[in-house]
Amino acid sequence: MPAPYSLVHGRGARWALRALFLVLFLPLFALPLLVIAAASFATGWSGALPNGATTAHYADLARGDSADALLVSLLTAAAASGLALLTGTWAALAAQALPRRVRRAVNALFVLPVAVPSVVVGLAFLVAFSEPPLLLNGTREIVVIAHTVLVTAFAHQSVTAALARLDPAYEQSAASLGASPARVLWQVKLPLLLPSLTAAAGLCFALSMGELSATMMLYPPDWLPLPVRIHAATDRGALFTGAALAVVLMATTLAVLLAVSRIRSKASYRQPS
Amino acid sequence: MNVRAANVRAMNGGIRNGGIRFDGVTVAYDATVVLDDFDLTVEPGEVMALLGPSGSGKTTALRAVAGFVRPRTGRVLIGGQDVTALPPHRRGIGMVVQQYALFPHMRVEANVAFGLKARKVPRGEIAGRVAEALEMTGMDGFAERYPRELSGGQQQRVAIARALAVRPGVLLLDEPLSALDARLRAGMLTELARLHRELPGLSMLYVTHDQSEALTLADRIAVMDRARLRDCGTPQSLYRAPGSAFTASFVGSANLLAARWCGEDAVELDGGVRIRVRGSGGGEGEATLCIRPHLIGLGEPPGPSGPPSPDVPDMNVLHGAVTGLQWRGASHRVTVSLPPSGAELTAEVRELSSPPALGEKVSVHFAAADAVVLPPGGTP
Repeated sequence: MPAPYSLVHGRGARWALRALFLVLFLPLFALPLLVIAAASFATGWSGALPNGATTAHYADLARGDSADALLVSLLTAAAASGLALLTGTWAALAAQALPRRVRRAVNALFVLPVAVPSVVVGLAFLVAFSEPPLLLNGTREIVVIAHTVLVTAFAHQSVTAALARLDPAYEQSAASLGASPARVLWQVKLPLLLPSLTAAAGLCFALSMGELSATMMLYPPDWLPLPVRIHAATDRGALFTGAALAVVLMATTLAVLLAVSRIRSKASYRQPS
Repeated sequence: MNVRAANVRAMNGGIRNGGIRFDGVTVAYDATVVLDDFDLTVEPGEVMALLGPSGSGKTTALRAVAGFVRPRTGRVLIGGQDVTALPPHRRGIGMVVQQYALFPHMRVEANVAFGLKARKVPRGEIAGRVAEALEMTGMDGFAERYPRELSGGQQQRVAIARALAVRPGVLLLDEPLSALDARLRAGMLTELARLHRELPGLSMLYVTHDQSEALTLADRIAVMDRARLRDCGTPQSLYRAPGSAFTASFVGSANLLAARWCGEDAVELDGGVRIRVRGSGGGEGEATLCIRPHLIGLGEPPGPSGPPSPDVPDMNVLHGAVTGLQWRGASHRVTVSLPPSGAELTAEVRELSSPPALGEKVSVHFAAADAVVLPPGGTP
């Protein structure tokens, strides 16, 4: 076996790569999350490891209005990702019939809120909608709308990419069989796009669940999403309470993502080629 | 068998308004003309093959019938009705494409029923028509399967059943066998030929780059090259009397030699070799000589021999050296280089018990009637 091959594919090299992965990525990606989880159960933390274990922080949460905050976050994320998916999918489908230049402009429009720092987006919303006729300041809707604007780009791009991959032969065969454009859309295109749609919905949902900077600028006193709570808790020094809230946020988001990923049509099984 | 006969009868009863007409159809993207002033008529019940290399415009012609491209000028008629302005779903066609395009999220049954539901066929009729179409293509028994559970050949049968279930007057086939391996392809060709016999009212427009498919299946072949129709005729007429060197090389194989007219029924190859040709009234100047390989014999012709002379008026005998030899099982292909120009002739002869060696001097012969003179161009 020639040397360069064994260097990359040899058994020793493979183990070395795995070790490198563990050393470099584990501390960066997984450990901080584990630390948060550990902190949420800690009585105190002065050394390398927590001093003791307690579920007191979670008990505190259960007594307080954290459940409300969780519900607010879930509702906001569900509404924002739903709206984003609707808008993004519609725009992606409509853009197919447009000239390339217009498509680029539409794409740029959607990406704009992502490119701009979200704190700026929050401020922009605050300023823009603080006067009649569009007076949205201090409403729950402004939070939902801001989240929608922030995440639509991801839905739009994901659906656009999936549409580009979709073989036009499906659509054309359906049309040749006499299916109207609406029938083609609902019975052929959307079922074939479903895997991408659920993936996009999951991504938008997760992004909205964690959104803080624009939310900070906009939230009304009766609509406090969980990230705002976490920020407030850590801000006043209640680190372990914040950690417990963070774990709740993390677990809920993961649970929803898992549930969404289980929605799949038979189309998600790719044909063997 | 009775079920089958009843199905065939039912389907024939539903098929109406076959026939396609292209009337000066030009399709262009920006400045690129992909189909140029195309005129062609496919009679009801006829199988027309559009044969040509890739980029010749044959798929564009099919897509113009389906409604996926809008002609810049000209009209497309289906069953005598001008459909140029109609969207694809109102054209009443059936279509089968190379990659099958079965809907992967629907069972075979739902795939075949799709067109019936789209065309608002009464609910009670659908199950029967699905069964009928699947039976016609030999896919009954697979109704509950998903496309991914079928082989390529089976998927293509379902695609044909799906297109036939709506009883179209016109069936468009876009390279339908290209994705299948050679053996399946032969079987599917037989199946398609049977469908054609059983559904005599159905017009088929069959796009292919494979001449054997076109020769096997088509009533007529339209040969296309660089966005234009080159030739159109029955397979036999195109084979025996191609209108151009391009057609000659695309329908069957051909020896094409640069030549020059010298008299009413003779041409001269480079270097002065004189060849008697099929009487066609003669011509002037440059020409291309076309001889099918299987019409060339090796050795001296039986009977009186010698160079073309008044006593053997219709036999050409040429001498050269063997430059290539291919064994093909039932036949040998012998390539002979003709002095002085070095032009090569390939003869396809029954398998030889003692084939000539490379470089050996041999004679080849062919009848004047088998030497066809075409307009110049297309020679190597």
